Amino acid sequence: MAATLLFVSLLVFVVVRVLPGDPAILMLGIDASPETVARLRASMGLDRPLPVQYVEWIGGAIRGNLGRSIQYDVPVAGLIVSRLSVTLPLTLMAAALMVFAAIPLGVYAATRHRRLGDYLTMTLSQLGIAVPAFWAGLLLVLLFSVRLGWFASGGFDGWGQGVGGALKSLLLPAIALGLFQFAVLARTTRSAVLEVLREEYVKTARAKGLSERLVLFRHALRNAMIPVLTVAGVQLGQLMAGSIILESVFYLPGLGRLALGAITSRDLPVVQGVVLFVASVIVVINAAVDVLYGLLDPRIRYE
Amino acid sequence: MSRALRHVTFILGLGITALLLLTAAVSLGYTPRDPLEMSMDARLQGPSEAHPLGTDQFGRDLLSRIMVGSETSILVGVIAVGIGMGAGVIFGVLSGYFGGWLDETFMRLMDAVQGFPAILSALLITAVFKPSVVISMVAIGVTFLPVFARLTRASFLELRDREFVVAARALGAGDGALIARHMLPNTVAPLIVQATISFPVAILAEAALSYLGLGTQPPHPSWGLMLREAQAFLGLSPWFAIFPGTAIALTVLGFNLLGDGLRDLLDPKMTS
Repeated sequence: MAATLLFVSLLVFVVVRVLPGDPAILMLGIDASPETVARLRASMGLDRPLPVQYVEWIGGAIRGNLGRSIQYDVPVAGLIVSRLSVTLPLTLMAAALMVFAAIPLGVYAATRHRRLGDYLTMTLSQLGIAVPAFWAGLLLVLLFSVRLGWFASGGFDGWGQGVGGALKSLLLPAIALGLFQFAVLARTTRSAVLEVLREEYVKTARAKGLSERLVLFRHALRNAMIPVLTVAGVQLGQLMAGSIILESVFYLPGLGRLALGAITSRDLPVVQGVVLFVASVIVVINAAVDVLYGLLDPRIRYE
Repeated sequence: MSRALRHVTFILGLGITALLLLTAAVSLGYTPRDPLEMSMDARLQGPSEAHPLGTDQFGRDLLSRIMVGSETSILVGVIAVGIGMGAGVIFGVLSGYFGGWLDETFMRLMDAVQGFPAILSALLITAVFKPSVVISMVAIGVTFLPVFARLTRASFLELRDREFVVAARALGAGDGALIARHMLPNTVAPLIVQATISFPVAILAEAALSYLGLGTQPPHPSWGLMLREAQAFLGLSPWFAIFPGTAIALTVLGFNLLGDGLRDLLDPKMTS
């Protein structure tokens, strides 16, 4: 995993510091006076050789120092932490909705294999996979805010105004965000359960005369959940990236809006910091899922 | 063939996809109105005889814009999948054929690339370069790299010790000939299946990037960009937000159904 994270940081560094030629001119514009450019170059360390810059940047990042935001003139790491108070709950809410809706539905579809309930579930999941998350968000706003007036059409007052209100403003975005992954997970669950139901030990359990309920919950589900949980784990990272898009639909002050705003104001350290952070989180989650998979399924061993 | 005709998923997918391709083809030569022509008297109208799908905030005809938008979607889809497949196959071939430290390095690199969903790559690249449709193609293409690389690598690992490859090597075939003439042709099938899976994913990603302003730029019509513009007028003109989104969802649905149907038909053993 260390090697993978090293590659992540190299990719970010190459795109932001190497490809553009001179990041200082990029940030200040071509009309900036040479003195201003020189001052920014010196303060950001851009006047030193690239390998030195990289080592300093990554050394700082490991210690939690991602540089200073040009626009806000505060440490980037602090900005990320403060914006996480929106992005993280949004991601986790979407994940919870996804898991609690998709797994029961997938199990249900599997037990109704090739019958009406199965076909309805699969149709629903086909639609969930086809609908773009941000459009689902717009439709939810259209229905629940513009038409019914039950929810605000966006914005976030912060956790200081009460947990209930904060959760309410995250609910519609979380539904829209979780929809796609919900559909994927429902399909995964269905095929995992179907697969297990064909196994010999399930036949044995049935032959012993156990009730279908007991067969399903005691014998089938426990094994079917192994692939389901690993897929759900990988989806967690995808949800975090997806929240960047939903934050724009609902005007939520999270990591995504921070990064998009930083692009407009050419605040390179912020973009670089946010992307490095989110990409690293995804890589760590993926690696953790790999390990978890090995622990859950004793047949899988890594060399 | 008769089995294919009885396959509901396949037929539905084929129908929708054919409709999309036809729309894109027609829009190259004909649209009901000029998709860029503004008309201040006809702003944000609902569906009418003159504008079957209504108009946008500049009075431009939505039907015409959605038609032209289909070209953008298809083009970005094809090129993004092409980038991912092209680069992925190269990484996969080198990894699977040569193995060793090269393989190990490339696979860790692919793990790292997996940390960059299209939205993150696009954020990173647009921080440095101006947002454009080309950037969204690259950002989306990069996300497909790992899956194509892993598929190719897996095929090559399996093929490396097969008799016909060993025989060809014994007859004096060089690395290049072995890879190009004997091994690559045997990895094409799974790559094509993966391409059909990736294509609708690319269309969704393009829409999302354009929606965020990181992809196709105005005034060129793109479905995602139209939704970005529609958001400001949700209360005034809901149709403006409904039709472009329907176009995206229908397109993605069509390709997904077609892909599912194809896999079912090609491999009757697979019942999921």
